[in-house]
Amino acid sequence: MRKAWNTDATKFYLLISPWIIGFLVFIAGPMLASVVISLTEWSLLRDPVFVGLDNYRNLFRDSRFTQSLRVTARYTLISVPIKILLALIIAMLLDRIKYFRNALRTVFYLPSVVSGVAVVVLWIWMFNPEIGLINYLLGLVGIPGPRWLYDPNWALEALIIMSFWGIGREIVIFLAALQGVPDRLREAAMIDGANSLQVIRNVTIPMISPAIFFNVVMDMISSFQVFTDAYVATEGGPLGATRVTVLYLYQQAFQQLRMGYASAIAWILFFIILFFTLLVFKSSSLWVYYESEVKGGA
Amino acid sequence: MASRNEVGLRHLRSYLRRKSTSEFIKQLVMYTILAMGTGFILIPFLWMISTSLKLPHEVWRPGTFLPETLHFENYIYPFVILPFTRFLRNSLIIVALNIIGLIVSCTIVGYGFARYQHVKGNRTLFVVLLATMMLPGQVTLIPQFILFRNLGWFDTFYPLIVPAFFATPFYVFLLRQFFMGIPRELEEAAYIDGAGVTVIILRIIVPLAKPAIATVIIFEFLAKWNDFFGPLIYLDSMENYTLALGLQFFESQYSTEYGPMMAIATLMMVPCIAIFFYASKYFIQGINLTSFK
Repeated sequence: MRKAWNTDATKFYLLISPWIIGFLVFIAGPMLASVVISLTEWSLLRDPVFVGLDNYRNLFRDSRFTQSLRVTARYTLISVPIKILLALIIAMLLDRIKYFRNALRTVFYLPSVVSGVAVVVLWIWMFNPEIGLINYLLGLVGIPGPRWLYDPNWALEALIIMSFWGIGREIVIFLAALQGVPDRLREAAMIDGANSLQVIRNVTIPMISPAIFFNVVMDMISSFQVFTDAYVATEGGPLGATRVTVLYLYQQAFQQLRMGYASAIAWILFFIILFFTLLVFKSSSLWVYYESEVKGGA
Repeated sequence: MASRNEVGLRHLRSYLRRKSTSEFIKQLVMYTILAMGTGFILIPFLWMISTSLKLPHEVWRPGTFLPETLHFENYIYPFVILPFTRFLRNSLIIVALNIIGLIVSCTIVGYGFARYQHVKGNRTLFVVLLATMMLPGQVTLIPQFILFRNLGWFDTFYPLIVPAFFATPFYVFLLRQFFMGIPRELEEAAYIDGAGVTVIILRIIVPLAKPAIATVIIFEFLAKWNDFFGPLIYLDSMENYTLALGLQFFESQYSTEYGPMMAIATLMMVPCIAIFFYASKYFIQGINLTSFK
């Protein structure tokens, strides 16, 4: 009797039971509920009313929602490639320098440990049009700075510049990957007459492409979900120029109390993120190179 | 054969020549670019600290880089007009209970996934766990909010603490990877001596997994200390605000008082930076542990 109870299977399921309960209560259950809620009109003050697909239909006629999708897409499409490129350049430089490598890596990682409201508040001050440091420095070289967070044409750009500050995680991952590239590969290419750019293009980049892939996926997913920066810096203004999708979801759910409508937004965002993630995954066979593939073949 | 060797030798010579003459210039250029990057990173920090020590009239005069004399009033003023001591206490309670909950739950769950791989269902459930790591939180947000509200937990710390006791995929993954690297022999010896799973986890696994647990503590401290969204939707009355919420409130109410604002921002960043310098090896290790399988 005791033996039948005390098997490895029982132990395993007992050990992981906190996660299973958490998964059912906080993930699986809410996901199902979210689908149902998205088919209702529910203000929490009154009982939910079933409205079928009305929320989804209305969303695509809601110009604020489609604007929020455009804003989010712009934010992602501009910030992610530049972040990856900057991180890659800095990591490559850190990989090739002789002294202070660890000290400089520490410096570049620093902003990543202080994320959140404090960082946004700091950048609000940096971007102040009249007395902020950025426009002061631009003024020194004769450029009249824009009104940044107050200008519909520049507010999103300000948030994008802000995001460049936090590329420490990407740099650390790239640097670790670069340090795993055997020197003999680069040396061999150089001896065969390749110049530095050719070595980077044909040796270094393919060798670290799994790290690039990882960073692109993670950055993309997180920038589709950006919220704090936009909420604290501009509350979505001016004129909705920084009203990203999650911010619109927040406003609909917790300011307008439209739980059904907000759930529908969440699902559309979910499928957009899923689509782009799968797109990058699918494309990865074209450009991501895993060393084990060749080892297996040879 | 001979001519092929000569060509090879010529390539090698010209390569070595190029390498020695241009190496110095290359290094110089690289350090220059890195110095500019470092400036972009560090100047905002310095500007923040400098502003936090200025008097208002200096703040409003652009181009004043250093305060004439150091004024610490900005560090006191926010505590006088808003209950920042209370906010600090709230933040610490939430952070501490999250860390405790996560270490307990994720150690147990991670150990289960690491050591019972032969059990049917382990791999499938682990894939589910990894998949939830990628799940955007928005699709569970509203039902979770309604659940906690119906439990009467709105405007309490419970929604921000209780989920931690049910394990977070990211840390389960991190700890599992680490546990798998611990040799089984130690545990087997203990099993023969009659020790149960609880004793083995407490006496053998936890002491050996200190670096991984430290990584969890550090990551979770930063995540919850800086968390804004959770407190924003679940906390309502000011006496329950965390520091992040308090700072955002201060910014929205006193948007022109940059001196005090920078003082709070500085205070909020100090523990994060201190932990980072104290334990930077855990950071690098943790980041790299989770990025590749």
